[in-house]
Amino acid sequence: MAKVRGAVVVDKEGCKGCGLCVVACPQNVLALNKDVNSRGYHYSYMANPEECIGCAHCGLVCPDTCITIYRVKL
Amino acid sequence: MEIQDIIKPENLVYSKSKLQVDVISHYCPGCSHGVVHKIVSEVIDELGIQEKTIGVSPVGCAVFAYNLIDIDWQEAAHGRAPAVATGIARTNPDKIVFTYQGDGDLASIGAAEILHACNRGENLVVIFINNGIYGMTGGQMAPTTLVGQVTSTTPMGRTVELNGYPLKITELIAQLPGVHYCTRQSVHTAATVRRCKNAIRKAFQNVMDKKGTSFVEVTSTCNSGWKMTPVQANDWMVEHMFTEYPQGELKDNDKKG
Ligand SMILES: Cc1ncc(C[n+]2csc(CCOP(=O)(O)OP(=O)(O)O)c2C)c(N)n1
Ligand code: SF4
Ligand code: SF4
Repeated sequence: MAKVRGAVVVDKEGCKGCGLCVVACPQNVLALNKDVNSRGYHYSYMANPEECIGCAHCGLVCPDTCITIYRVKL
Repeated sequence: MEIQDIIKPENLVYSKSKLQVDVISHYCPGCSHGVVHKIVSEVIDELGIQEKTIGVSPVGCAVFAYNLIDIDWQEAAHGRAPAVATGIARTNPDKIVFTYQGDGDLASIGAAEILHACNRGENLVVIFINNGIYGMTGGQMAPTTLVGQVTSTTPMGRTVELNGYPLKITELIAQLPGVHYCTRQSVHTAATVRRCKNAIRKAFQNVMDKKGTSFVEVTSTCNSGWKMTPVQANDWMVEHMFTEYPQGELKDNDKKG
């Protein structure tokens, strides 16, 4: 079992659906939603939330700083 | 454990810097400019110099940088940011002054201004976004465009016969005695973002310590201009740009003998 759990909150309206967070995530947590936000972008979301370790890789590469990251030690 | 139990203020590890204005930027999805703005905001915040920092924004896609980072700014004419910044820094020696410039702005129309400001060793940070083309105006060839690279003005690819060689202006600048620190970074992975942030922090610290010019190139992408997806553009940059523009430190006078 993992020693840490993480979770991210994506600012749905700020996200431009660039997909850079999706490839930056080492745990394959993120994916682009098939739904779009009000500006027509397929925003990022946690498709596999259990796998998140709160490493912040997604947040670091996001050009629009849309990702807020939380982590707990188990 | 439920997601709600993780998403609590005490568990926060990463969030938007308070210097980043809460608006949606004009940048294209996936543009490197956004990542560099974020790093610059974080560094200014962490060094506690928000009230003392003056940015000089360029002509190019970063022309509206003053809408995005909550510090004082002055907009300069195309390529003239280093000259404007010289005036600001000399008349306000207690301020921390930086320019933020694209490769069209810095290496083409503004080549003279940047070389002379760096040669004079002006006490400035220079952030140089090298995305290999003119992004704002529709992806035309820049001095930094690679040989063979397709742009809207080199539809068959840049040729040496017609267009000359890519200008390695960062290498030229590193040779100038006025330059204290010169490095080339990128922001396409979490590790490179961290490294680039360390370089930008060092550059601002150098100016706070009045060490002269600190120059940080960020080898970047313009996925719109390159006609690629953001992910493809990062891969293309690693594969093609890094050979012409090798990553890492070119000069650090702190490490001299
Ligand atoms: C004196 C002058 N000449 C030309 C232009 C047109 N122009 C606007 S932005 C630009 C180039 C921008 O390219 P770059 O500096 O690489 O920035 P990017 O948009 O790629 O970030 C040019 C030539 C101008 N605004 N002013
Ligand atoms: S990196 Fe940011 S803007 Fe791009 S898809 Fe992810 S959350 Fe959205
Ligand atoms: S045109 Fe290029 S440089 Fe300008 S915002 Fe779009 S991706 Fe960025």
